[in-house]
Amino acid sequence: MIYLVLAGVLFVIGLHGLFVARHLLRKILSLNVLSAAVFLFLVALARQAEPLDSVPHAIVLTGIVVSVSTTAVALALLVRLSRPRGNNAAPAGKESR
Amino acid sequence: MIQPESLVVLLVGLPLLGAILTFVYPRAATAVTAACAAGMLGAASGVAYAVMVGGGWSQDLGGWAPPLGIGWQVDGLSASLLLLTAIVGSAGAAHRAVEGLDQPFFWPLWLFLWGALNALFLGADLFNLYVALEVLALAAVALIAMAGGGALPAAWRYLLASLLGSTVYLMGVALLYGRYGALDLGLIAGALEPDLPSALGAGLICLGLLLKAAVFPLHFWLPSAHGRAPTVVSAALSALVVAAAWYLLVRLWFGPFAGLQGPGPDWLFGLIGTGAMLWGGLLALVQRRLKMLIAYSTVSQLGFGLLVIPLAVGAGAESAWRGAVVLVLAHGLAKAGLFLAAGSIARAHGHDRLDALGGMGAGVVLPWLALVLAGASLIGLPPSGGFLGKWWMLQGALAAGGWVWVAAILLGTLLTAVYVFRMLSVVIRPAAPVPPAGGGGLPGALPAFVLALLALGLGLAAPVLEHLLSGDAMTGGPA
Repeated sequence: MIYLVLAGVLFVIGLHGLFVARHLLRKILSLNVLSAAVFLFLVALARQAEPLDSVPHAIVLTGIVVSVSTTAVALALLVRLSRPRGNNAAPAGKESR
Repeated sequence: MIQPESLVVLLVGLPLLGAILTFVYPRAATAVTAACAAGMLGAASGVAYAVMVGGGWSQDLGGWAPPLGIGWQVDGLSASLLLLTAIVGSAGAAHRAVEGLDQPFFWPLWLFLWGALNALFLGADLFNLYVALEVLALAAVALIAMAGGGALPAAWRYLLASLLGSTVYLMGVALLYGRYGALDLGLIAGALEPDLPSALGAGLICLGLLLKAAVFPLHFWLPSAHGRAPTVVSAALSALVVAAAWYLLVRLWFGPFAGLQGPGPDWLFGLIGTGAMLWGGLLALVQRRLKMLIAYSTVSQLGFGLLVIPLAVGAGAESAWRGAVVLVLAHGLAKAGLFLAAGSIARAHGHDRLDALGGMGAGVVLPWLALVLAGASLIGLPPSGGFLGKWWMLQGALAAGGWVWVAAILLGTLLTAVYVFRMLSVVIRPAAPVPPAGGGGLPGALPAFVLALLALGLGLAAPVLEHLLSGDAMTGGPA
């Protein structure tokens, strides 16, 4: 049960970070925290089941693969975005445009 | 005769195979894509025909039945969207081939986008649908970023919105799995009870999908992403990718989540749809660039599609359901035609600022003609597909006595007419001199023209559409 609560807390932390962070890299990391929360939730669910449920494990494995790919694409885009400016801290106005 | 079940497998396998081939042999890319497009047009038509003759079906991949296996399902809704995808995908590929831009990795990404869309329209498993959504989003982001420059921040915002949407979706899936121990749509539909975990899970899934469908007020990322992407990509994104998120929302709402329906959620979705219609229409009115105007029009047209949720219950439900699907189909054809035509015009003039564009003249006759025809379908002038869709939706709304929604549809149509006429007022200007080598010429605009004609002709196919969609009203799929 404590893991389910922890997953919920992590989910909220990830959401908060995504909306509050200015630095683009922090936004990517917040998304990673968010998906980690979902994975933790699924694994905690699998542990509660009797007998042990293997489907959530398969989901989490697939989810990790997806998450790695999306992070890679996000990082590649980040590099492209930051190249001409020389710094990757987005100016405050950029997000609101 | 080939079994329709194997045609369905072809629809997902062919684009993925093609994507790998075009990646390995970039020089043969156009030929491979043409072969894939022909194959998928044939397969999608075959599937649609099979649904018309024998109704929808569901199949288990590899002979594994749910809950362990992953199922696919085909019905009138998914068959018509598969056909729409094949048509728009082929037209976009033809436009791109004529355009002759040489960008590495365009063709593999295009085919990945196509395959992901097909997988999405077929899936009947919540997690499988999540994976299709992610492949779709990654391919779309990479395609937008290809335009470089101003498109990069747009691609970034789209990526973040899309990833947030799919993570929220996945959390909803996890909650539903924790409650029912199933991922298959049919199994969840059978077990669903309106309690707190189910409502929370369904709510999260809907929220994630609304974000991905760029439904007002979560549309902030769409106009810049669709307006700044390369022309062909804008066409596919506005016509297909947004429709895919709408499809999933409707499929889930009338399938597994049917037990949660009630006046509260119906009003909420209806108000969101009305808001999208009005806000998107108003913003389309004040845009200065042709492509941005068309992009905001997507936000507004999606609002019409969303009205299916309050309308497709009770009396007149079947008519409203048919109308909304036809409206989305017509919007897909017309919007892709608009974007391709706008791209041809922008290339001929070197820009797409509305106040500086010249009228219909040598070199840009066909694109403007396509723009006029597609615009007519967007407004809903008879006999276009847009007219048929709105007509059926209005019939459904009148039968159910939903006067608020009737007024909303009429007001939205009025706004659409105003912004389309604003776009078309450019046509009657004196023709501006166009640099002779500027555009793709006649062949470049031909796909746009064909799409616009199809959007217009869709209304004439009313009996066929009625038959195709009659089998799956509200059930969200075959039993």
